[in-house]
Amino acid sequence: MANFYLDNKDLQYHLSHPLMKRIIELKERNFADAKEYDYAPQDVEDALDSYRRVLEIVGDVCGEVIAPNAEGVDHEGPRVVNDHVEYASGTVRNIEALNEAGLGGMTLPRKYDGLNMPVTCFAMANEMVARADAGFENIWGLQDCAETINEFATEEIKAKFLPRVSAGETCAMDLTEPDAGSDLGAVMLKATWDETAGVWRLNGCKRFITNGDGDISLVLARTEEGTKDARGLSMLIYDKRDGGVKVRRIENKLGIKGSPTCELVFNNAPAVLVGDRKMGLIKYVMSLMNAARLGIAAQSTGLSEAAYREALKYAQEREQFGKPIIKFAAVSEMLKNMEAKTIASRALLYETARFVDIYKQLTHISHDRSLEAEERAEMKFYNRLADGFTPLAKMFASEYANEVAYDSIQIHGGSGYMKDYACERLYRDARIMNIYEGTTQLQVVAAINHVTKGTYLEQIMRYEEVEHSEATKAMAEKLVELRKVYEQVVERVESLDKETAGYKDFHSRRLVEIAGYIIISHILLRQADEMTEEYLNPTKIFVKYATKKITEAASYINESETSDVELFR
Amino acid sequence: MAKQVPDTRNVGKDAMTPEGTVNRAALAAIFNPEDLNALEMALQLKDRVGNATVHILTMGPQRAADIIREAMFRGADGGYLLSGREFAGSDTLATSYALACALRKINPDIIVAGRQAIDGDTAQVGPQVAEKLDLPQVTYAEELVDVKEGEITIKRRLERGTEVVVSPLPAVITVNSSAKECRPRNAKRVMKYKYALATSELAEAEHNRKAFVEERDYLHIIEFSATDVNPDPEQLGLAGSPTKVKKIENVVFQAKEAKTLTAEDKDIEALMQELIASHTLG
Repeated sequence: MANFYLDNKDLQYHLSHPLMKRIIELKERNFADAKEYDYAPQDVEDALDSYRRVLEIVGDVCGEVIAPNAEGVDHEGPRVVNDHVEYASGTVRNIEALNEAGLGGMTLPRKYDGLNMPVTCFAMANEMVARADAGFENIWGLQDCAETINEFATEEIKAKFLPRVSAGETCAMDLTEPDAGSDLGAVMLKATWDETAGVWRLNGCKRFITNGDGDISLVLARTEEGTKDARGLSMLIYDKRDGGVKVRRIENKLGIKGSPTCELVFNNAPAVLVGDRKMGLIKYVMSLMNAARLGIAAQSTGLSEAAYREALKYAQEREQFGKPIIKFAAVSEMLKNMEAKTIASRALLYETARFVDIYKQLTHISHDRSLEAEERAEMKFYNRLADGFTPLAKMFASEYANEVAYDSIQIHGGSGYMKDYACERLYRDARIMNIYEGTTQLQVVAAINHVTKGTYLEQIMRYEEVEHSEATKAMAEKLVELRKVYEQVVERVESLDKETAGYKDFHSRRLVEIAGYIIISHILLRQADEMTEEYLNPTKIFVKYATKKITEAASYINESETSDVELFR
Repeated sequence: MAKQVPDTRNVGKDAMTPEGTVNRAALAAIFNPEDLNALEMALQLKDRVGNATVHILTMGPQRAADIIREAMFRGADGGYLLSGREFAGSDTLATSYALACALRKINPDIIVAGRQAIDGDTAQVGPQVAEKLDLPQVTYAEELVDVKEGEITIKRRLERGTEVVVSPLPAVITVNSSAKECRPRNAKRVMKYKYALATSELAEAEHNRKAFVEERDYLHIIEFSATDVNPDPEQLGLAGSPTKVKKIENVVFQAKEAKTLTAEDKDIEALMQELIASHTLG
């Protein structure tokens, strides 16, 4: 009886984080729902107990249904039949099981039949689903489109679509086009107002759309005729029940093969507007993307977990030279590093998710009543942290997923290169994670502002104020040294950038990574203080690894002249 | 009807007591697997008929209320716990008698149960209940084909194929493990029913919980004692159980029963012939 929640102590630890109490208070607003809904919690403890029980259900469905289906789904894949997507049979079964378990609308309010759970718990669910089948996580995880609808659409639109998401209908976000990938401002799909029918009409083409034939699609389209940039774009909802969109083809991909990546043709498809015109990219896609990036961080963490477990199992069972290969130092070192990276991804992921939860929930509250000065300050504080941490989480988790999957094959040796073991699928699946929802390079672009504005440094200083146990004290002192290194290189890069434009750009990834390593190390230190037996070893391993990486990057920066910028042009 | 059983699929060395009875403390208590198949069939019946309720009846100690809660998490509307010292030591005859007494009181339209429990493997209780209540029975049910007023159509899994039968209602149906697996727990139902308590549990609950459950009827698992179901005391528990265990022996496979074969075709062929001849295969 595999249960991906019960078998994962690290995941369970994050549900018990002290910030969860504040998150629940904000999410439940004095537990007023308890009078109206028989499944609403009475108090903080009751809510936490419900979260745990729901995550246990997710863990059960993942272990018993989704994971056993993953290989078949990878082989079978989806098809286009009569202009629509037909999922692999395993995918159909996965969706059925999750819907029987009532896991749609996890974060949506109860008035839309949702479970009203925090983003943190949704990320946990996503992580488990991805561990079972990363490609399937795309389909299921897209329910977070509903969060954007919930935040920005009118009550009428919310009442129409959100209960359907809660009932298990799937979503899609139709953003990219053949000539608009990373540069979404170039989107050309045309939306024109149909006065007689009272709807918008969509015409044009979308490409690389995950789950493009989903029931409810958020579409980025050009409502302002004659415009060419982001300011002419709006966000609309297309309802599959209305018809008007054909799936032209499904891409043949390296990995996540169960997830249909569609090319769509819109032919007078009716749609309704979400929020204000012209704010499509500037406001709503940014919100969508932040949620999606957190989703990919969760997906990546789940993949690392799966790849690490596959490698560990193989290393324990495979014998060479008369003993299991895990007994060889070269193998066990790899495994320990894989474990540390997985725990590190998770630490950063849930730290970020908690920040997102607090600020999102305060935002929701601010729509109903004006916030107290203290709450406003709290919202601003966590909003900034969430913005700063989201690209870090996405970048680190997705890069680590690739590294862990790579090492997983390495531990399997020649067998890992064959199709016989799951590690080859995990390796293929991981490869997209540092590409979609913004490549690592684009996460750096988002994160570098927080290097400059000091978001990371301020948070590192806050972490430094935490008191440490004897066991972690030396590491905490080390991290203070590393923070000083960070400050020094940031200063160097900023001052040289004034001389030579492009110097900061050139070093931006190195700077962002240094900040990330220090931040992750601090979060792990806290975990090691609380649960020494579980976390002290991986924390030591990670801090050593971080020290090496920071030293290397700092040395590169300090050795680098402004003329280096030209070298790489 | 469902039973809480020790998880005999994960047996360790402490599974049996020196007296030869099952060491319940060493084994996790679980929902009997085929009873879960039965629950799924009952829930499918409810899905089809619409205006129906599914209740679990189980006989056992207080902690057997766990499987009633489990069933409620998966879709059952409620349940009955038949509990009391009088029922202790029941064999299949006494069990089916006690259950039949409770069923007379509950008076359901359809009774669905698993084919057999993994602790006893007798497959007798379902059919015995049917006999005692003078109801038709459909055993080895694999699929609910149809249900309409006063009549149910069931596909049965037999040794050499399947058979579709129509039975008048009420009836007793016992379900095979080859039937559809039970649906998972449902998130909202778990949150709604997690505090459900049987009467004796409620009496022991701490003050706040007690008040909470008492305000909500749907959280109350009905508990029947022996006197609640008007039985003949002579037919209950140990007194009503003609089955007597004479002796329990440990079977230890010995090396002399092993055979060494070469990988050659003729050796394998000979073994196949032998196994077919002894009806181990085929």
